[in-house]
Formats: sequence, structure tokens, C-alpha cells
Amino acid sequence: MAKMMDRPTGGGQPTPEFEAQQVAWEAASAKGRPRSGPGSGATDRTLSDIPLKTCYGPEDTAELDLARDLAWPGQYPYTRGIHPNGFRDRLWTMRQFAGFGTARQTNERYHFLLAQGQMGLSVAFDMPTLMGYDSDAPHARGEVGKCGVAIDSLADMEVLFEGIDMGKITTSMTINGPAAIAVAQYIAAAEKKGIPRAMLGGTIQADILKEYIAQKEWIFPPRPHMRVIVDMIQFCTEQMPKWNTISISGYHIREAGSTAAQELAFTLADGFAYVEACMKAGMDVDSFAPRLSYFFNAHIDFFEEIAKFRAARRIYARRMREKYGAKDPKSWQLRFHTQTAGCSATAQQPENNIVRVAYEALSAVLGGTQSLHTNSMDEVLALPTEKSVEIALRTQQVLAYETNVTNVVDPLGGSYFVEALTDEMERQAEAYFAQIEEFGGVIEAIEAGFFQKEIADASYRYQRSVENKDRVIVGVNHFTRPEERGDMDLLKITEETEREQAASVRSVRDSRDSNAVARTLGRLKAACADPKDNLMPHLIDCVNAYCTEGEIVDTMVSVYGRYTERSVF
Amino acid sequence: MDRPLRIVVAKAGLDGHDRGAKVIARALRDAGMEVIYTGLFQTPEQIVQTAIQEDADGIGLSILSGAHMTLFPLILDQLKAQQAEDIVFFGGGTIPPEDAEALRERGVQAVFTPGAPLQEIVDFVNGACGKRRALVG
Repeated sequence: MAKMMDRPTGGGQPTPEFEAQQVAWEAASAKGRPRSGPGSGATDRTLSDIPLKTCYGPEDTAELDLARDLAWPGQYPYTRGIHPNGFRDRLWTMRQFAGFGTARQTNERYHFLLAQGQMGLSVAFDMPTLMGYDSDAPHARGEVGKCGVAIDSLADMEVLFEGIDMGKITTSMTINGPAAIAVAQYIAAAEKKGIPRAMLGGTIQADILKEYIAQKEWIFPPRPHMRVIVDMIQFCTEQMPKWNTISISGYHIREAGSTAAQELAFTLADGFAYVEACMKAGMDVDSFAPRLSYFFNAHIDFFEEIAKFRAARRIYARRMREKYGAKDPKSWQLRFHTQTAGCSATAQQPENNIVRVAYEALSAVLGGTQSLHTNSMDEVLALPTEKSVEIALRTQQVLAYETNVTNVVDPLGGSYFVEALTDEMERQAEAYFAQIEEFGGVIEAIEAGFFQKEIADASYRYQRSVENKDRVIVGVNHFTRPEERGDMDLLKITEETEREQAASVRSVRDSRDSNAVARTLGRLKAACADPKDNLMPHLIDCVNAYCTEGEIVDTMVSVYGRYTERSVF
Repeated sequence: MDRPLRIVVAKAGLDGHDRGAKVIARALRDAGMEVIYTGLFQTPEQIVQTAIQEDADGIGLSILSGAHMTLFPLILDQLKAQQAEDIVFFGGGTIPPEDAEALRERGVQAVFTPGAPLQEIVDFVNGACGKRRALVG
């Protein structure tokens, strides 16, 4: 694939002396006896089963073309980062995902987090909100306010941001099926305070493809859902210049059990599917691409993760420029948020999760992330308490202000090992792209169950390696002690929250103008059936009339239907 | 002639986290059982109906959304209403220890939390459902 360079690469030209040293080392290495004991069964491969050599040298980067594959920070293909000065000019945004109970309770947590030095907000919604059900719907029973905050209508969104300057703060909203509705609510809540939509900064996740692949919070079938997303991207591109229109997410793919290479490949494939859909809808690639953003997982295999982040930037830049013809460098730059791996946290000896999170966060920072969420130690048991959220945030602050890892850009660039692993990640991702292409694209591959099967297989393989103790999980299959749980304070969401929220949505329905509700929902329904009519203005009208999320979703479902998955295990 | 144990692995409510359920489903299948995976978003009524119609020996419910104190009891109620309490009912997920204890007291036969070895779950199902089969036939 690459031709040899004239100039020495990757640390200097091997001299005869160096080559003799290599021969001697290989001989000495061959005489070594692999250690026995915990973890000795997995020393020759990464967490994702990529084979590892004992040590890497110049021959492993011999094919690396410095200008083509690395360049300098802030230069195409951005392997070394998108900013010329890395974190010297600007630290990553410390953004802790939070939301639980009612809008009132979550609003209090936001005020707390902002007071502790957090730089942006990140909204976690509860399951009924994510799936398009109101809090008093039969499907919502037992779930209201549990995994996040319940937002049924504009009334809740107004309370959620009470006392918070929506024109100054940036907000990330993790919601996908009803993403367009959440954006409409956010716009309406801000405009009620006199803040125009053009001033709003933040990110909406809105990545519906990965829902079918991994997270499973869909509403409509893939094809109409893509139309809703494209409408939203188009609207936000035109009217909200500071808004990141979508956050294409590998996080959930990884949490569902994928390997690092699958996370990388499937996420980028999704991203390219959105690019193609927007271009097909007539948008110029450089009009929307600069505001696409990405979201990755930081798992526990340190170097593999760093290689993944670096490879992601390089693959993305190349495809955006070469395949999609983007001309604006901003369209080539992959910007991403990272969250530490929830699935690497353990319920046993949960305090150990603080340490795991710190290593994972370090990999994200060395990989050049733009923003970071560090998980709290108790999230494997329940929603985090204020204390554990504070420790998680402090972990980032120690990393940013004490360790000095922020002072040099891409400090691992040129490492024989990290460069070789970055290449391997790119190679594996390209192989997956070819497979997806054979299905005819991402949606076709989803419909065939391809991603789901790949992930289920990887997840089962991994679980087996934990069970047979090839993989060590401290406190779980090694270094255990009896009865290590039960002494932590956990956050409890009571049934009272559900009753309160259900009553609140009923009172919204009782106190609004029912003619406006019927009128706006009627227009929305007509727009759903007309692919030329952008849905966003209609959604904003519905929201302003205090239509509930459930009513809006039901209206859309009446045109699009609800998706049912073919289950693969 | 011995026919294999038949187990319904279920996801209830709005919880889309199906990694655990699928791993368990496959482990039970690898252990020689017949596994019916319900897919996502089932109601307690649907899950119990499936178990009865499929003549299942056990139901394993996976919940990671925090709704376990609502959904486990709803399934227990359904089993009772359908006079199907002989079906072994067990489950797992992100369930705090005191909730797991409370669920066991209410009649859930086993509650597995993150980190429980697959073999432990397989052994439990073989034991409890095997006993049920011996009784019910």
C-alpha cells in the first residue's frame, strides 16, 4: 500500500550495529519464559484480539509515509490531532452527563455541576422520553426518571434550564429517536427567554443508525427515520450556526460488546451514511460537514484506544476529502467526545472503577479528544451520587492540571507500536467498509442483521475469555474478596417521581389551548407525508402549543409506523 | 425420552440494553437448552404468555434500566394470575444488593448482578429448572 521513503522514518535508519542488537534481542527474547498466573493467557493480543508483538521497531513503521500518514498537528490527515497546539490553546471540555427524576431535580444537579467548574451541560433523558412515550403512558411504568430526566413537554424543558443562561452554556442532549423534538423544545425554551436559536450552542446526538445497530432506542423504521434526521440537520445547518447537528456515536456500539475496530468502522460507516443522505437531499457537503461530531468509547486497553482515536481522524479526513469531495478543512476534521467505558466498570469493589476511569480518560486525552465524560464509580449499580460525580470530575481536573500530559501534542506520535496499531485499526476498518458496501450500505446491513451479529459474536467471545480467566477483571475473576458490596450510598429514584411526573403531564394537557394542539399536530402529520416539507418548523409549532412528546411521536408513527427488530443472538 | 430444558430469555419495558440477555441466551443454548429470546420491549403479560405457550421451564428476565422493582413483581403477579408459578423465574441486571434481596423474598428464585459467572447461571438454571421438570414432567 505504501512505498518506501527515501528519508529515514520512525526514528532513524537502522545501522549495522542496530541490526546486530536486534538479532541479539530476538535471541534473548526467544529464550524468555512467559509468566504464569493471572492474565498470562492474553499477553499476546489486545482486548479486541489484535495480535501483539513483544516489542515494536523501525520495521513496523517502515511503510509509514510521514507526510501522507502523519503530518503535523492541525494538518491533513489529522492523525496527530485537529489543533496545531493541542491542549495548550484549549483544554477539552469537561462535560458530565447528568439527568434523573424530574426536570426540577435535574436542574438542581446542573446548578451543582456548574458551580464545581464543569464547562458544559449534558442531558440524560429517561427511557420513556428516549422512546417517545409520555410519563403517564402504560409503557412508561417503572421507568420514569430512572435512567435520566423525564421531559414530556416544553413545560419540563423550561424547568430544566431555569436559572441557566442558554445563550452562554453549551448543552449536549443524548437523545436519538425523538431528537428532532428535543431540539424543537430546546429552541422553544430558549426563545421564550428571549435567546434566539442562532445563539444556541451544543450538540444533539440524533444518531439513529447506531440505535438499530446497538442501543435499540428507535421509534420509526430506518428509512423514514433517516428523513427526519436529514430534515433536522438541514434546518440546524441553516438556522443554528453554533449547533453540532448530530453526534455519530460508537460509544453504544462498544458498550453492546463490539471490538475497538468494530466501534471505529461501524461509527464511521454511519457517519458516511449521513453524509451521503444529506448530499442526496441536495446539501453541499461543506455546508453541513463541519458541524458533524463524533462520540467514542474509551475502554481499558490503553494503547488500542489511542490508536483507535488517531485512526478515526485519519480515515475520516481521507474519505471526506477524497470520496465526498469536501473542500473546507473543517469538513475533514473529525471532532469527538469521549466517555469512559461503562461496560468496563465492575459492581464488585466499585471503588476500583475510579482507577479504571482515570486510565481510560488518559487514553482519550492522549488520543486528542475534544470533550470528555468520566464515569462515576457507582454507575454500574445505580445513577451516580453527587459525591461520586464529583470524584469523576476531579479525575479530569487532575489529568488536565497536574499530570502535564497536555503540554505536548500527540506525545505518542512516532511510537513504533502506536503507529503500527493505528495502521492496523485503519486496515480493519477499511475491511469492514468493504463488507458493508457489499450489503449495499449501512441500512441494508442493518436490515440483514450484520452489525448485530458481529457485535453479539464479539461480545460472547469476550465474555468467554473472562469466564475462562484469560482476561483478568480485578475484583471479579481475580483478586476477589467476599462481601465487598452493600456499603455504598446509592441514589434512589422513588415511585413518587413517577406519580409526580405523570400528574404534571396531565396538568399540561388540561391547561393548554386544545385547538392549537389539534391544528399543529394536523399540520405535522401532513408534513410527515410530504418529503419536500421540512419537519422542523412544524415540530417547533407543536412544541410551542405544548403538545407532549408522546402526542407528537404518535402522530409521526401514524404515518411512519414503529420498527420491530429481527433478533439475532 | 429427555427433551432439553426450554428457557425464555426476556427483555421487558423500554430497556434496550440487550448485551447481557443475548450472552445469557447463548450460554444457555451452548449448555444444551432450547432458548427463546423474546426480543425487546415486551410487557410482563406478553412474557408470561410466551412462556406458557412455549411450555417453558423457566423465564430469565434482564433489566438494566432501573425498573426492576416494578417489572419483576408484575411478572410474578402474571405468573400467579395464570397459575403458572411452577415456571422458574429468575433474572439479572444492574440491581442493587438490597433490591435483589427484596426480589428474592417476593419469589424471584435467583437474581444475578453484573460479574456473575455464566457457569453459575447455567448451573442454577439446570438445577432449578431440572427440578421443576422432574416435578411437572
